[in-house]
Amino acid sequence: MSATELDSTDAAPAPAFDEVIVTTRRSVTAPVRVYEPAGGASAGTATVLALHGAGGWLPGEPVLDGLVEAGLRVVAPVWPAWSEHGDEDRLSDMADFALHGWDVATEMGLLEGDGNSELHLLGHSMGGMIAAEMAALAPQSVARMALLCPAGIWLGDHPIPDIFAMLPYQLAEVLFADPNVGEEVLTGGADFSDNETLTRFMVARARQQGMAGKILFPIPNRRFSERAYRVTVPTLLVWGRQDRLIPPAYADAWQAALPEASVELVDGAGHMLPYEQPAAVVAAVTAHLQG
Amino acid sequence: MTVKFCWFNLMPWPDLPDDFKTEHRSVWVDIDGSLFDPERANGVYHEYMDQLEFADELGFDGIGVNEHHQNAYGIMPSPNIIAAGLARRTSQAAICVIGNSIALYNPPHRVAEEFAMLDCLSGGRLVAGFPVGTPMDTNFTYGQIPALTREKYYEAHDLIMEAWTNPDVFAFDGKYTQLRYVNCWPKPIQQPHPPIYIPGGGSIETWDFCLEHEYNYSYLSFNGYLAGQTLMDGYWNRVAEMEKSMTPGRAGFAQIICTAATNAEAEELYSEHMLYFFNRCLHVFPGFADPPGYRTVKTIQAGKLDQFRKENQALFKRLTWKDLVEGGYVIAGSPDTVRERMEDMIKRLRVGTVFCLLHMGNMPDWKTRYSSQLFAEKVMPGLRGIWGDEFADAEDWWCKPMDERVRPEDTMADARRYPEAPKGPVA
Repeated sequence: MSATELDSTDAAPAPAFDEVIVTTRRSVTAPVRVYEPAGGASAGTATVLALHGAGGWLPGEPVLDGLVEAGLRVVAPVWPAWSEHGDEDRLSDMADFALHGWDVATEMGLLEGDGNSELHLLGHSMGGMIAAEMAALAPQSVARMALLCPAGIWLGDHPIPDIFAMLPYQLAEVLFADPNVGEEVLTGGADFSDNETLTRFMVARARQQGMAGKILFPIPNRRFSERAYRVTVPTLLVWGRQDRLIPPAYADAWQAALPEASVELVDGAGHMLPYEQPAAVVAAVTAHLQG
Repeated sequence: MTVKFCWFNLMPWPDLPDDFKTEHRSVWVDIDGSLFDPERANGVYHEYMDQLEFADELGFDGIGVNEHHQNAYGIMPSPNIIAAGLARRTSQAAICVIGNSIALYNPPHRVAEEFAMLDCLSGGRLVAGFPVGTPMDTNFTYGQIPALTREKYYEAHDLIMEAWTNPDVFAFDGKYTQLRYVNCWPKPIQQPHPPIYIPGGGSIETWDFCLEHEYNYSYLSFNGYLAGQTLMDGYWNRVAEMEKSMTPGRAGFAQIICTAATNAEAEELYSEHMLYFFNRCLHVFPGFADPPGYRTVKTIQAGKLDQFRKENQALFKRLTWKDLVEGGYVIAGSPDTVRERMEDMIKRLRVGTVFCLLHMGNMPDWKTRYSSQLFAEKVMPGLRGIWGDEFADAEDWWCKPMDERVRPEDTMADARRYPEAPKGPVA
């Protein structure tokens, strides 16, 4: 959920998506990744609006690739602060975040369909929190939703570790079922003994995690539970059994809060579930969205 | 202008165990509650307040307090409580509250009111500090969102200053505070407002803020004047760039000082207490020091990042007395030695106010008084006039007390003038 924002595009393979730059009516400019299914989208192709966690999108996103292979179109906004465009100062609170999601959907033409093409929401961690708030605001615009270990509920008996007080090298332990794998994913092999790399990392961390803090600090709870009744959208909750950041007890809490929700627990996965067990996530999400 | 000397007490907890650094994660935020003994605190608070009052008698220009939360080297979450006590027992020294973390008060107008009370109570002796607050205090203890802290701070500042300077009742429609009727009652004696000090760590945005508003910028660090010079040079470059006067009154610095009869005696008397401070009191878990969003991108790009490397966490070095003195963390020695180094410090950093840290760590009362008295009598007088006449007419960023103020130490006996206390319960 953190160090993945390192700019490692130099080494990235050819992207599986097109990137468009979108400026919303709030004047927030940020890129949006568009993943088209093979042969292009037809009129009836459902679109998944996918929202990333506080780590941002990695150059390769196996879950998004998998959804596209299953015939879905994926529109994946890069949240302000996770791109070079700035503008993150225009968004301060939960309402701003959720409305920004809808503003991007508007600019991408996702709300102008003829009624046949469905819009689904997908979000991981912080992105799940935003997706859930978007669905609470406009449930009529969403066909189905899948949330991967979303933030947004707080259980006093299961306090979520404070990622904002963690040092970069402490993150892998709480984010991944296997911390050794996590270390590799988080740092992307970057050399932190180089001062420029470290400064770049610290600036990205300040912008991105600082932005995430607007809805996650000091307690990741902006009272979604009080609005959860509005989410009449069929929702799948996918959780890693070894999630040490937001433990699986939260899956039950989310299921209880939402009017129509089911839970899928995945073995061998922590909080970075979509990178740890992408195939299982794709299978569960595809079945739910196309169900 | 004359150099102003403010005797400052951080109010550290004096009983941190020998193994504190190895057995505890942090002196701040999640400090072990079992280490605090409320009955012991009764004596500790009074001893520290007695010392502040003693500093007034010794002729220090100011006596200073500050605000920290959940912190074993500063057991003063409410400096205004201490300042109120001092205002009732002294009448000479400026009462320097450096300061109130204004973004933490709800509403921040509370600071306008309490500072106005202190200014009235002290007869116009208040020097008012407005720190942004450390991340430990502001974010981790008081739950403010790091990326919004600075914005909230600026808004709180605007509210307080308007409350002090707008003679009318006004409405304040802020993003963080909305008040339909702002009407600061009482109002400060010092008009338009008490001198404002902005204590800074290393955020470079703070320089411009101070210069735009003509506030004093005080660099409060425990790393001493040699390490502080780079930052203060940066500040003075900015003063010149903005074409402001170069009067030293614009700047203050906190310095740890240990005065003794000889250099050898200084080491003998104070070494263990300095080491207590540096090796126990400054043991802060580094994860609390820099929540993302607290420091601006500009400040990060200007700053050093070594402290965040894993190897440097593990090798957090143990300082010795020699390290502390040679590195300028502590100015220590005979009055001659201290005067010489203080002069070097004041000139290098170009400061008009010195926050004198003469009590540190677990220093016992008698040593604190001994060091303070030697400093006041044998060091301070030779330093006051360092800046000569060059800035004689310059604003000195100091309080302007009323002449005919109440001298509470003279009237204290009158307060107990009833020949007999009433017998039995009073209706």
